Amino acid sequence: MSIIKLTPEEQATKLEAVLSKYRGQGQKALMASLQQAQEIYGYLPLPVQKKVAEALEVSVAEVYGVVSFYSFFSLKPKGEYAFNVCLGTACYVKGSQALLDKIEDCLGIKQGDVTEDTKFSISACRCVGACGLAPVVLVNDDVYGRLLPDEIPGIIAKYKEEA
Amino acid sequence: MDNYRAHVLVCCGTGCTSSSSMKIMEKFNEVIAEKGLANEIKVVKTGCFGLCAAGPIVVIYPEGTMYYRCTPEDVEELVNEHLINGNEVERLKNAGGSTDPKNFYAKQQRVALRNCGRINPEDINEYIAYDGYQALGKVLTEKMDPDAVIQSIIDSGLRGRGGGGFPTGLKWKFASGNRGQGITKYVCCNADEGDPGAFMDRSILEGDPHSVIEAMAIAGYCIDAHQGYVYVRAEYPIAVQRLQLAIDQAKEMGLLGKNIFGSGFDFDLDIRLGAGAFVCGEETALMRSIEGKRGNPTPRPPFPAIKGLFGKPTILNNVETYANIPQIILKGADWFASMGTEKSKGTKVFALGGKVNNVGLLEIPMGTTVREIVFDIGGGIPNGKAFKAVQTGGPSGGCIPASLLDTPIDYDNLVAVGSMMGSGGMIIMDEDTCMVDIAKFFLEFTVDESCGKCSPCRIGTKRMYEILSRITDGTGTLDDIQALEDVAVALKNGSLCALGQTAANPILSTLKHFREEYVEHVVDKKCRCGVCKNLLAFSIDKDKCVGCGMCAKACPASAITRTDYIAPGKKLAAFEIDSSKCVKCGACMGTCKLKAIVKQ
Repeated sequence: MSIIKLTPEEQATKLEAVLSKYRGQGQKALMASLQQAQEIYGYLPLPVQKKVAEALEVSVAEVYGVVSFYSFFSLKPKGEYAFNVCLGTACYVKGSQALLDKIEDCLGIKQGDVTEDTKFSISACRCVGACGLAPVVLVNDDVYGRLLPDEIPGIIAKYKEEA
Repeated sequence: MDNYRAHVLVCCGTGCTSSSSMKIMEKFNEVIAEKGLANEIKVVKTGCFGLCAAGPIVVIYPEGTMYYRCTPEDVEELVNEHLINGNEVERLKNAGGSTDPKNFYAKQQRVALRNCGRINPEDINEYIAYDGYQALGKVLTEKMDPDAVIQSIIDSGLRGRGGGGFPTGLKWKFASGNRGQGITKYVCCNADEGDPGAFMDRSILEGDPHSVIEAMAIAGYCIDAHQGYVYVRAEYPIAVQRLQLAIDQAKEMGLLGKNIFGSGFDFDLDIRLGAGAFVCGEETALMRSIEGKRGNPTPRPPFPAIKGLFGKPTILNNVETYANIPQIILKGADWFASMGTEKSKGTKVFALGGKVNNVGLLEIPMGTTVREIVFDIGGGIPNGKAFKAVQTGGPSGGCIPASLLDTPIDYDNLVAVGSMMGSGGMIIMDEDTCMVDIAKFFLEFTVDESCGKCSPCRIGTKRMYEILSRITDGTGTLDDIQALEDVAVALKNGSLCALGQTAANPILSTLKHFREEYVEHVVDKKCRCGVCKNLLAFSIDKDKCVGCGMCAKACPASAITRTDYIAPGKKLAAFEIDSSKCVKCGACMGTCKLKAIVKQ
């Protein structure tokens, strides 16, 4: 699945629709609003956090506090194709660190970063619960299981063609 | 109800879905429709069968034949041969490699997983057909005394399956005071399975979500609560979707909502999504998160049973704990207590992973030995390697070495050997796994996940991680090992919540059972498993080298050069590695067909 790109106007309209559901509800609606806002924008830039704070009538500091606490919320945009390497125990024991090293090598960026053309980004996560397929790498919603580092260049090439 | 002559069950758990089981299901529907068999054969989407190593799995009934590692291309043959001609497809009955399904299932006893892989989790009628909602019906329509229900949970000996092992019935009892006085109370479910390597809660939610819903409604009746929340990880999209569907169907049928079974009892259930914070598995942190706050734990007492979610009395249990409840109500406390050991009753689900043949999800009676799990059910270690340790309890647990393989598994025995039950992740390690590196891996995790509220945990985990980094980098000293033990004690005594209190367990247990590996790293500057890169040295056996130069081409650091030495019987001069330039990437080793490059 590739990410559907929205125009800034479409994003704003969608965010408005989400926030109208939660307006004035305070902190208890914060997680849900942020999760839906991130679905729209792909990450949570400060202006979006401010809008959420305004709608729920909580301080921006509270919002930022929650955003920075949870690893699911991202302050940086992700690439069009986001590589996510599982570093859960089962995957780690089966060599997922070598996969991460190889992906960093091939893309020339580090974990947590995005390539200059915003096509690719790399992140690591803790266990996607597909331990039967270890080691696992996700690219957006595509799951690659039982991977070897040598297979990484081929996977990257496939997405480069698509892009 | 329609009568079908055959049922095709396709596993749509996470593991199998990741290897295209949805496509297999679509293909079955397509082929069956094409051949005009749609009213004879039914294709059913189910939860996890357990043997993830051999996925995607398809089971065809009435024969109950299991087919492994199926692909969409195999579907045509399965329909033609099995469903039309009545011949089983032998080549797909082989689970592949050294995976052995017969042994995998032989010692298991399924209570919490009873419906996983048996029913379609997206159809409430299938759950009802297997006694679903009968326990809730019994409790409500017979107007059972809530205290009697709680007493039967206490009598069953059921203990919390999320890790702590607190008696579930007692938890309910503490929150059951002041019934009928209109006090707001909550029933929560912890489905924030953050322990890396554990996926049983996910599989239950994906394979049998109604069992959790039913149990939560029963809990609500017992303590007089009318609202429940399931806190589930956003990283589990399939589980979230199936649970939501199940809640919707239950509401539609009047099994949730107002006046359930006409008894006058109201109970509603909502999902709250987690956002990736391990500490939110801790009960007070989880409730802060449902409230929309940072997931910082708070000191106990007050316990959640007195002052929990939004300051109200709350009970919080884990998914697997709830999945046991309906069966206890229906079959009785004695039945449940007849399984397991003296202090740990019933069964426990484990997620078996790592270096083991039969990777998957299994449920065994408490008291089964570690050896039976690893070697009988798990089928032993792949590639003829030697077993080294099994890690249980995730980042809060520890390692069990080969000498303790005959330990019967229960809460107390695991603590006695320096590990803990945890949520049931069980990672097998072989001779190639460096125990110091594994301890470092877990500490890196806890450093990341420490919420930072209390200093013993925030600072202590970081210091321990730094010390472990020194040891694996080859700059550690023997004093460092002592320092690790000192910090560990401070952390255990001083931390606010279980995350910090148990964070040192991976270090303490590896120090206890594998101290010689630590000493080797420090004194001999050697990693016997070849995992810690800085302690590795690559060299070329010059008498084996034919001087082809492939290794030198592959070396990214130009550390490999030709020498003057020509080995007897060889035509070209051999190469050597300049260890001061070597970056220890191992690229050269892969190129050498003669295996002349050695890693020490």
